[in-house]
Amino acid sequence: MPVMLDRRRACLLIACVPWAGRAWADDTGGDPFRSLQWPDLKREFFGSATVVFDERVQVRAPAFAEDPMNVPVSVAALGLPDIESLVVFVDRNPIRKVLEYQPLAALASVGLRFKLEQASPVRAAARTKDGVWHVGGTWVDSSGGGCTASGATRKDGSWSQTLGQVSGKLFPSSPMADAPGSSSASRLRVRVMHPMDTGLVGGIPAFYVNRLSVRDAQGRELLRLSTFEPVSENPVFSFDFPGRVAGGLRLVGTDNNGNRIDSRIE
Amino acid sequence: MKRIAALALLAWGTAFAQSAPKVDLARLDYGLAARPLAPGVWVVEGANADFSPANGCNIINTGFIATGAGVVVINTGPSRRYGEQLRALIERTVREPIVQVIHLNLHPDYFLGNQAFADVPRLATDSTRAGMVREAKAYEDNLYRLCGDWMKGTEAVLPSGTVMLGPLRVGGREMELREFRGHTDSDLVLVDKASGVVFAGGLVFAQRIPTTPHAQVGAWLASLQSFSALPLKTLVPSHGPVRGDASAVGQTQRYLQWLDRRFTQAAEQGVEMNELLRAEVPAEFRGWAAFGTEYTRNVAHLYPRYEQAVLRGDKPAAKP
Repeated sequence: MPVMLDRRRACLLIACVPWAGRAWADDTGGDPFRSLQWPDLKREFFGSATVVFDERVQVRAPAFAEDPMNVPVSVAALGLPDIESLVVFVDRNPIRKVLEYQPLAALASVGLRFKLEQASPVRAAARTKDGVWHVGGTWVDSSGGGCTASGATRKDGSWSQTLGQVSGKLFPSSPMADAPGSSSASRLRVRVMHPMDTGLVGGIPAFYVNRLSVRDAQGRELLRLSTFEPVSENPVFSFDFPGRVAGGLRLVGTDNNGNRIDSRIE
Repeated sequence: MKRIAALALLAWGTAFAQSAPKVDLARLDYGLAARPLAPGVWVVEGANADFSPANGCNIINTGFIATGAGVVVINTGPSRRYGEQLRALIERTVREPIVQVIHLNLHPDYFLGNQAFADVPRLATDSTRAGMVREAKAYEDNLYRLCGDWMKGTEAVLPSGTVMLGPLRVGGREMELREFRGHTDSDLVLVDKASGVVFAGGLVFAQRIPTTPHAQVGAWLASLQSFSALPLKTLVPSHGPVRGDASAVGQTQRYLQWLDRRFTQAAEQGVEMNELLRAEVPAEFRGWAAFGTEYTRNVAHLYPRYEQAVLRGDKPAAKP
């Protein structure tokens, strides 16, 4: 412990000298949430790529998780140009990655609900064309247990009757239309029936939707999503498009057991 | 000397406490006070706020009625300690034995004080009893987390029997128990005939955002409509100030109607939860107690049903 003390004293000293190197300022690599997991997360998710904290990556969630198995999170990086990929991850979840999103023809925004094991920073990272990752986040408090309890349809056994069913709707205008540069945006919301078992509940192996993609009537892929265990049971996703989208969309995908999802959305 | 001064202060505190209890954090004393509403009818008022260690998580109005043949207690509060302090308060106030406890619904602050009433018949409806069995463990965990030391030693003691609906006659007192639903699957209301005091339980919230973990908005609104026919001189909601009229019924109705319209509209426009949470809320409701946390819970509990109805393409019909 004396080492820690010495280091803190050193930090205090440096803080008194305004032009001293900021890298010394904390053990979290300048993380705005001062999360000790951040340096590891950064290495794990981004390797040697350039990473910047950027307020243009907006992550919205309630301040506390009323239902740790269904915490709503909305990510938008509309102020950044040419986003190729968005990643959502949670520092203190036993499984940290929630999803990877490639917007393709859609806007760089996505809404969903996820399972939260304990109070944690919830983050999103957006990769721009130049290979730089822009990271934003928010803090969500929680009573805990979201990843290690089974969902409602697993408890009552009803999941097998609805597995893979899709419901969804195209909305002619998106609530996102208030954001700059997206005034004519439209929205797609879909719900996929799936137990989304994390594998962290005794006797229930991991069983979750792992790939989803939205195609238009011509079969062109409009957006692509990789989803992971922390996505909530029977997930609901919100996507936004820069303009009106013609009907006749299809949602296709798979789960990690090879079950296929393929459904038309009117 | 110090002790005498502290005692004097305490006495002064309780003598002047009218409604909001004077909580003593160091001694884990809720500062419960019995306020007479009519001859033989008392309310014990909690803070109009959300659960927090600062208020001891005492946010409920409990009550008791002297009948000449013993005291009927209405709800037992959020913890063992509350139950013990409530019992001591009743015994200081009335020279009659406690003969019966009635739980108006299944929520934690309606029965987690039961350890202090383990020797008394504790009654609730069958639906409420089943709900308590289901939820008791989660309630204990959650309140320990939210309230800390106030909960020390608290373990759920369940009701001992099923309550009879309709007229309730104890000693010389004519009361009536009526069952509604909507706030939970079974919402009891106790009417004291002679005084017109109505213990409305969770069906009515005064100046406070309603709690909704078990709510069915449509059924709740229907219940409130028939509720207004009750003979009523004083209304004791479980949460929020006691009123000499039915204005709190109107408040609860207005809030639920607004919530239903807002959630329906939002779901039809494709709004997702975080957008809904940030959308404007009328000033009247924003000014009510616990808005910051309880509205967030309302959205978490109820909005998914409205969303699913729209995504499934249900015809607009029954309220979720």
